[in-house]
Amino acid sequence: MTPPFNTPPAQPHSTSATRRRLCAALFTTDHRVIGIQYLVLALLSVVIGTLLSLLMRIHLVWPDWPLPLHGPILPEDYLALVTIHGTIMLFFVLTTAPQAGFGNLILPAQIGARSMAFPALNAASFWLTAAALLTLLSSTLVPGGAAISGWTAYPPLSAIPSSGPGQALGMDLWLTSIGLFAIASTASSINTLTTIVRNRCHGMTWERLPLTVWGWFTAALLSIIAFSVLLAALLLLFCDRHAGTSFFLPTGDLVNGILHQGGNGSPLLWLHLFWFFGHPEVYIAILPGMGLTSMLLANFSHRRVFAYRTMITTTLLIGLLGILLWGHHMFVAGLNPFASSAFSISTMAIALPAAAKVLSWLATIWRSRPSYKTPMLFALGFVSLFLTGGLTGPILAQPILDEYLHNTFFVVAHFHLIMAMAGIFGLYAATYYWFPLLTATSHHPGRLLSERLGHLHFWCTLLGAYAVFLPMHLTGLAGEPRHYAQLTGIPGPGGSLSPAGALLSHTLPLNRFITYTALFLATAQLIFLFNLARSLRKGKIASSNPWQATTLEWHPTMNPFPPLPASDTPDISVHRAPCQYQSNQVEISFLPQWAPIPFEQDEIEDVTDTKPE
Amino acid sequence: MICSRLTSACLPSLWLDRAAIRSPWLLPRDASAHGLALDHHLLLNLWIALALLALAHLILLIGLLARRHPEPTRLWRIEYLPLAALALLFAALTLKAERLWASSRYTGASPSALQVEVTGVQFAWYFRYPGPDATFGLTHPSLVAPGEGNPLGLSPTDPHSADDLVSSQLVLPANREVDLRLRAQDVIHGFSIPEMRLKQNAVPGQTIHLHFTPTAPGTYAILCTQLCGLGHYRMNATLLILPPDQFASWLAAKQKAAP
Amino acid sequence: MPATITPNKTEQERKRRVEDHDNGSGRRPPTDKRTGGGGDNDNWNDRPNGRRGPYERLHRYRMGLFFALASDLMFFVAIVSTFFVNQSTGHFDAYNHYVNEWLPTTIPPILWLNTAVLMLSSAAIEFARRNMFRETDVMDEWLGLGKPITRRALPWLSATIALGILFLVGQWIAWRQLALQHIFFKTNQSSHFFYLITGVHAVHLFLGIAGLITAFTGLYVSRQLETRQILVDGAAWYWHAMGLLWLFLFTLLVFFQ
Ligand code: HEA
Ligand code: HEA
Ligand code: CUA
Ligand SMILES: [Cu+2]
Repeated sequence: MTPPFNTPPAQPHSTSATRRRLCAALFTTDHRVIGIQYLVLALLSVVIGTLLSLLMRIHLVWPDWPLPLHGPILPEDYLALVTIHGTIMLFFVLTTAPQAGFGNLILPAQIGARSMAFPALNAASFWLTAAALLTLLSSTLVPGGAAISGWTAYPPLSAIPSSGPGQALGMDLWLTSIGLFAIASTASSINTLTTIVRNRCHGMTWERLPLTVWGWFTAALLSIIAFSVLLAALLLLFCDRHAGTSFFLPTGDLVNGILHQGGNGSPLLWLHLFWFFGHPEVYIAILPGMGLTSMLLANFSHRRVFAYRTMITTTLLIGLLGILLWGHHMFVAGLNPFASSAFSISTMAIALPAAAKVLSWLATIWRSRPSYKTPMLFALGFVSLFLTGGLTGPILAQPILDEYLHNTFFVVAHFHLIMAMAGIFGLYAATYYWFPLLTATSHHPGRLLSERLGHLHFWCTLLGAYAVFLPMHLTGLAGEPRHYAQLTGIPGPGGSLSPAGALLSHTLPLNRFITYTALFLATAQLIFLFNLARSLRKGKIASSNPWQATTLEWHPTMNPFPPLPASDTPDISVHRAPCQYQSNQVEISFLPQWAPIPFEQDEIEDVTDTKPE
Repeated sequence: MICSRLTSACLPSLWLDRAAIRSPWLLPRDASAHGLALDHHLLLNLWIALALLALAHLILLIGLLARRHPEPTRLWRIEYLPLAALALLFAALTLKAERLWASSRYTGASPSALQVEVTGVQFAWYFRYPGPDATFGLTHPSLVAPGEGNPLGLSPTDPHSADDLVSSQLVLPANREVDLRLRAQDVIHGFSIPEMRLKQNAVPGQTIHLHFTPTAPGTYAILCTQLCGLGHYRMNATLLILPPDQFASWLAAKQKAAP
Repeated sequence: MPATITPNKTEQERKRRVEDHDNGSGRRPPTDKRTGGGGDNDNWNDRPNGRRGPYERLHRYRMGLFFALASDLMFFVAIVSTFFVNQSTGHFDAYNHYVNEWLPTTIPPILWLNTAVLMLSSAAIEFARRNMFRETDVMDEWLGLGKPITRRALPWLSATIALGILFLVGQWIAWRQLALQHIFFKTNQSSHFFYLITGVHAVHLFLGIAGLITAFTGLYVSRQLETRQILVDGAAWYWHAMGLLWLFLFTLLVFFQ
C-alpha cells in the first residue's frame, strides 16, 4: 500500500517534504485512497446539490425572495438551478459515490484482491471526474449562466445557442463536463469489471460473490454500454452546435428569429439516444444499493439472504431489462403509439424482478429479531423507500396514465423516492457500515460513527424524506408540471388569475408544506455531518469485525491496521457463500467466508453451492 | 377524501382551498369524453399501489416485531406464489391500459372531426382554424413575423390561407370530436390540458395528431409541459369550451373580424 | 435438508505438476502450457492472485482492453444507428410534399486502397504479435540470451506503424479530394456522416498509432519480457478491432448509402 496509510506518523518535516507527501497522497494509485477521494468529491457535490434544491423550493413558494448577493431568482436562474441540481445529484453523487467511491474502497477487499486491476487508470478516472465536476461548476460563472435545458438536454433547445440564456457557453461547458464524466465512468467500469473477473481470490466462485459485488458488476456492465452511447450523442450534439450539422435539427427551425435551414435531423433521435443511456443510468445508481441492502439485512438479522441465487438472477435481469425500456420516457414525446405499447410491456416486466428483490428482503428479515444498528436502519429505510417509489413506476409505465402524469410532479415524486432517497439511504447505510474501514489507517484502527446520533439522523431523514416527497404525488396529480419557475401563471386583467394560475395555485399550500419539510430534511443532514466530523477523531474504536460480517472486507489482513508486512500476509481463500449464519448454534453463530471448514461439516448447508463434484 | 382530510387535519396552519379538492387525490375535474375511463383506471392504480404499499409495510413491521423464528425457511410458496400473483396483477393492469391507449391513440379522428392546428412557439400557443374551405393554407418559416400579425408564417400566395383563422385562445364546441395537429416552430413544447386528460409533445419538424371530445363547457388551462426555455412556466393559453351554437356564432364573428 | 459443503475446487492443491515444468525448484519459464478447454485440470484461476501462471498480467490487460472495445463498439453502434435513422427521415416542404434529401456521398476510390493498406497493417501486427510468443525465443530470453523477441517483432511493428500512417494519409487525401468537389462536413446529410465516421475512426487510429509507438519504444526499452508482450498484444488487438470496424464502416459507406 502506498501513502498515506503507510507513511510513518507525521514528524516535523521541512515543507517541501510535506508537500511531496501531500502530492503522493493526492495522486496516489491506492484504490482505498481513490475511493475516499471519490467519496469526498461526492460529499462536496451533495452539499452543493442540496443547497441548490433548497433554493428551488424556496423560489417556488416565495418567488420574490431575493437571493443575497444575487438578487431575485429569475426564471432562467430557476431552470439553471434545476439543471445543475439534477446533473450534480445524479452524476456526481449517485453514480460516483456508490459505484466508484465504495466500489474502490470495498470491492477489491470483498473479492479478496489486493488492488484494482489497473491502478493508474483508476487514478486517471478520478481526476477526470474531478475535472468534469469543476467544468460543470465553472459553467455557472460564465456569461449567460449555466445551461437551462434540464439534465436531459433536449434539442433544439440545447442545440441552438440563441434559444435561451445559458445555452451558449454554459451549455458547451455542460456538454464537456458530461463528456468527461462519461469517459471517466467508462474507464472506471472497465477497471471494475476486469477486477471482478480476474482478481477474485482463491475459492471465490461466481456464486459466492457477495450481492454487493453483483450489484457493482451489473452496474459496470450497464455503464460500459450506456455511457458510450451518451458520448456519441454528445458528440453529435456538439457538431450540431458548432460544425453546422443538423443531426437533431429539423428543416426550417426558427428559433428566436433566427432561421436554421439545413438537413432532416430529428429531435426525437436525441431522445432515443439519451434515454438509451438515461434509463440504464438510473439503474446504475441504484444497483449497488440493492446489493448492499441484501447483505446488510442478512448481516444484522443473522440470516441467510433469502433465495440467494434468485437474487443474483434478478440483479442481472434488472440490468438486462434496463436497457430495453428506454421508450417509457417518451410515451407522449411523439413516439409511434405502437412502440409506446411495446415499451410499456417491457417496463411492466421489470417490476417483477424488482418485486422479487423486495420479497427476498422481506423474507430475509421475517421474524428474525434483527439488531437495530444504524446501518440496518438505513437498509430497512431503503426497502421502504424503494417500495414506495417503485410502486408508482408501473403506474407511469402505462402510456394512457403517463399521458396525464408525464412531466408532472408525480414523476418527480417517483424518482426522488426511488432514486434520490432510496439511493441516499443506501449510501448512508454504506457509510455507517463501512466507516471502520474508511477510517482505519496503518497507525490507528478504524472508528465507528456514533450510534445515538445515527439513530437520530435516521429517523429525521426517514420522516423528512416521506414528508417532502409524498405530497409531491398530490401536487402532481393536481397538475403541477415540472420545470415551472412560478405556479401562478401570468395574472390577467385586474390581477385575476389565468386559468393556468387558477389550476396551479391550488397546489401552493401543499408546496409550502413541501418547502418547509425540505428545509427540515436538509437541516437534519447536519446531524450526519456533525457525526462524521466528530467520529473521525473521537469515534469509538472498532474491532476488526464489528458487525460479525461474513464478507472478506472484514478479514483482518484487509484492514490496514495493524499493517502486516507484505511477506506475512497469508493467502486468502474462500470456503463458502457469504451470509452463513446459524441461528441454532451458540458457539459459532456466523461463519465468515474465509474461515476454514469447521468440524460439524454437515450441519452447515451451503445454499448456493450444491453442485455435484 | 382520506388524503385531503389528512392534509387538512395535520396542517391546520396551512390554508387549503376546499374548492380545489374535487377528488380524493386532488385530481382536477375531468371535462372530456375519454377522461372518465382514464380517471377510473388511474384511481384503480393508485389504490392498488397504496394497498401494496400498506401490505408490504405491514409484512415488514410484523416481521420485525414478531418473535424470532428459529429456522430460516426457503419455500417456493414464499418465493414464487406472490410473484405469480403480482405478475397477474400487473398483466391485468397492462392489458386494461393498453386497451384504453389503443382506443385513444391507435386510430385517427373521424373525418367529421373539427380540425384545429396548434403551434407552439417560445412562449405562446397559436391555434389555427382552416376556415370555410376546410383546408389549412401553407406556412413557411421564413415568412414568420409576429410583429406584423403573422406569427405562423402563412403564405399570402396560397389561396387556402386567406380564410384561415389564427387565435391565441382555443375555442371548441362541446361534444364534438376535435382533431388537433400539433406543430412546433422552434423547440419541443408540451401541449397539455389537464382537465381534458391530454398531453402530447409538439416536436419541430413533425406534425402530430391528437384527438379528443370535450364534454363540459367552461374555461380550462392549457399548459406547456416540456421544458422549452426561460418562459416555459408562462407558456399558457386558455381553452374555452362553448355549447355548439355559441361556438358557431363565435366562429362567425371571428370570421367577420378578419380582414 | 442439510447438504454438505462440497470442497469442490476450494482447497488449494499443492501438488506439483510435471507438465507445468514446475519441478518445485524455482521459477517456471514464462510459457503458458495450458491446453485450454479445461482438460488439463489446471484451474489456473483458482489459484491465488498473482500466481496464476506466466500470463496472468497479460490476460488481465487483454480483458480490460476487450471491455474497452465493447464499450467503443456501442459508441459506433450509436453513430451508425443515427446514420440509418437520419437517412430515412425526410420532411414536408413548403408545398406539403414529403421530401427526403439524402444525397449519397460518392466514395473517393482511394478508400479502397486505404482499406487494403489497413488490412495489410493488420496482418503485419499479427506477425509481430505472434512473434512475441514464440516458445523458443521466450526460452532464450528467459535463459538470458539477448532479446530475440524484440529483434523479431520490431520489423513487423515498424511496418504496421508505417502502414497505419499511410492509411491516415490516404484518408486525408480522400478528404482533400472531396473538398475539391466542394463536399465538406457541413455540405449535406450524407457528407456529415462520411466525415464524422471517417473522422472518428481516424481519431481511433491516432490513438492506435500512439499505442503502437508506445509498444515500439517498449520493445527497445523494456527488459521485462512480459511488459513487452502486453504492449504488443494490446496494441495488436486494438489495431485488429479498428481494422474490423473499418471494414464495417466502409461497407456501410459504400453499399448502404
Ligand atoms: C440523487 C439524486 C437527487 C437527490 C438526492 C435530490 C434531492 C432533492 N431534490 Fe431533486 N432532482 C433530481 C435528483 C435528485 N434530487 C433530478 C435528477 C431532478 C430532475 C432535474 C431535471 O429536471 O433536469 C431533480 C429535480 C428536483 C425538483 C424539480 C424541479 C422542477 O422540475 O421544477 C425538485 C423540486 O422540488 C427537487 C427537490 C429536491 C429536494 C428538496 C431534495 C432534497 O431531498 C435534498 C435533501 C438532501 C439530502 C437528503 C442529503 C443527501 C445526502 C447524501 C446524498 C449523502 C451523501 C453521502 C455520502 C457521499 C457518503 N429536485
Ligand atoms: C434509481 C432510479 C430509478 C428506478 C430504480 C426506477 C424504477 C422504475 N421506474 Fe423510474 N424514473 C427515474 C428513476 C428510477 N426509476 C427517473 C430519474 C425518472 C425521471 C427522469 C426524468 O424525466 O428526468 C424516472 C421516470 C420514469 C418514467 C417516465 C415518467 C415520465 O417521464 O412520464 C417511467 C415510466 O414508465 C418510470 C418507470 C419505472 C418503473 C416501472 C420502475 C421499476 O423498476 C420499479 C420496480 C419496483 C417496484 C414495482 C416495486 C416492487 C415492490 C412491489 C411490487 C411490492 C409488492 C410486494 C408485496 C406486497 C409483498 N420511471
Ligand atoms: Cu413551451 Cu415549455
Ligand atoms: Cu426509465
